[in-house]
Amino acid sequence: MTRSNILREIIRVGFLCIVASFVLGPLAATVLGGFKSNTEIQTSALSLPEIWRFDIYADILSDPGFWRYLGNSLIISVATVVLTLLVGSAAAYVFAQVRFFGSKMLFSYLSLGLMFPFATAILPLFVQVRDLGLLDTYWAVILPQTAFGLSLAILLFRTFFSELPKELFEAAYVEGCSYIRFFWQFTLPLSTPILATVGVFVFVQSWNNFLLPLVVLNSREAFTWPLGMMQYRGEFSVEWNRTLAFVTLTILPAVVFFVAAQKYIVAGLTGGAVKG
Amino acid sequence: MAAVNTHAEADSAIATPRRKILSGPLGAALILLPPALVLFTLFVIYPLAGSGLYAFYDWNGYGTPTDFVGFENFERMMGHSAFQQSVVNSLQVIAVSLIVQLPLALLLALLIYRRTPENTAFRLIFFLPYILAEIAAGLIWSFIMDGNFGVVADITRALGVDPYFITSDRSWAFTAVLVVIVWKYFGFHMMIYIAALQGVPKDMIEAARIEGASRLGVIRHVQIPMIKPAIIVSVFFSVIGALQVFDVVIPLTNGGPANSSHTIVTYLYTFGLARLKIGYGSAIGVVLFIAAVLVAVFYQRLFMRKPA
Repeated sequence: MTRSNILREIIRVGFLCIVASFVLGPLAATVLGGFKSNTEIQTSALSLPEIWRFDIYADILSDPGFWRYLGNSLIISVATVVLTLLVGSAAAYVFAQVRFFGSKMLFSYLSLGLMFPFATAILPLFVQVRDLGLLDTYWAVILPQTAFGLSLAILLFRTFFSELPKELFEAAYVEGCSYIRFFWQFTLPLSTPILATVGVFVFVQSWNNFLLPLVVLNSREAFTWPLGMMQYRGEFSVEWNRTLAFVTLTILPAVVFFVAAQKYIVAGLTGGAVKG
Repeated sequence: MAAVNTHAEADSAIATPRRKILSGPLGAALILLPPALVLFTLFVIYPLAGSGLYAFYDWNGYGTPTDFVGFENFERMMGHSAFQQSVVNSLQVIAVSLIVQLPLALLLALLIYRRTPENTAFRLIFFLPYILAEIAAGLIWSFIMDGNFGVVADITRALGVDPYFITSDRSWAFTAVLVVIVWKYFGFHMMIYIAALQGVPKDMIEAARIEGASRLGVIRHVQIPMIKPAIIVSVFFSVIGALQVFDVVIPLTNGGPANSSHTIVTYLYTFGLARLKIGYGSAIGVVLFIAAVLVAVFYQRLFMRKPA
């Protein structure tokens, strides 16, 4: 009995370790690759470096272009988060709090974004962004990202807002608190969990977005880090160690951020799914 | 505003209507709703409608489209072997998700859904690829699969065979993409299952045990039926996700060799945007849109009916 339990546990952990090495192997090879010379990468991709070279990482870290890409990504992501939270929560508040003719219809309209992939409208979007004169500006990425993120944000916010105690609003309204002030003073502060969840989710999506920046950003000054990374890969195509160091340095903030915010990320990704 | 409020009591006959308009429900709706409507209309609905219109024109994106061509763009697309291949490839993504990825995710979820420190560690590891940018995942794997440098090179050298470049092999290039997709996304589906499994009441499992159900019996007859909603949702995400694959392909194969590893979106990008054939690309967008809507509608009809 106990022996079969132990055997079962060994098989379980053994299997988990095999899958874990399938996950971690490529990542380890990437991080280590940045410390190796190219000849060494060529002879063994997975081993520890014979001589630890720090100059490649140092090179990239002292390259202003690298920081520029990260800065661009950060500005775009933060702006997208702020705009999505503000615009999305304002609209959701109306749907949760105000009854008016056409409310259902407008809500369905704003939910249309949940139905189809972003890529569907990418060409006309490019034309429109160009005609508005926004190509190569941060807005070219921020505004469409926000617009496409609104559907999910409004859906999540509305559910959360309508679960807040009704008595609170009634009491405040009797006291003379306006709808808009109530939104600022009570609804938003009481909704930090959902704001955090949506905010983290929007941030990660924006930070990792590739297709939209690829289409609307042409100049290197405006590049986000995924574009910068592909550019770098193109320039140093035979020097894998440089590309690997670059990749490592860009995924590092993502990993740190994930560990710090994992509660919200996991809640945001799986919570809605399981309830739905 | 403050002035209005202080006078409100004394002069309620005038102040009340003003207060109602500015700070009442209607005022809130008029101030808080338009930003979302304007943004959404301008950057989602308007481009979407544009796709539907431009799809019937031959247009390079400059000036107004005048060259109406009817269904020619669609006909050309359907007859293009690279497009047909891209549809087959997208179907392959769905197949691999259903046959490999989801069972693997479910198996892992069953192995580590209990809250123990060691399970938490495995959970974090398996979820890690999901949070990396797809483009980084593609780039990492293009190194791993590089026939001269990567792990694949190590293997061929150890076996003493010639260097092998999977991403330049017509018949296997897309398999490389599929491997990366499984690597990147199984942890996400596993998390969905774990969250659901943790919600299964413990007494149900115990009751089944007491009645003599084996471990496998509990899984088959209690746990899997109980997490069916989560499975339905995760299958839906897989299918919708399969229609959107783009980032991973670009660094790995860029659709090559000989256009054998395109997905619908990389096909759209390569043959629509990169060549500024806005009309043709819009037609591809329309097909993608119809596919996504059909999937959503059918899926909702079939599985997601809420119990009345």
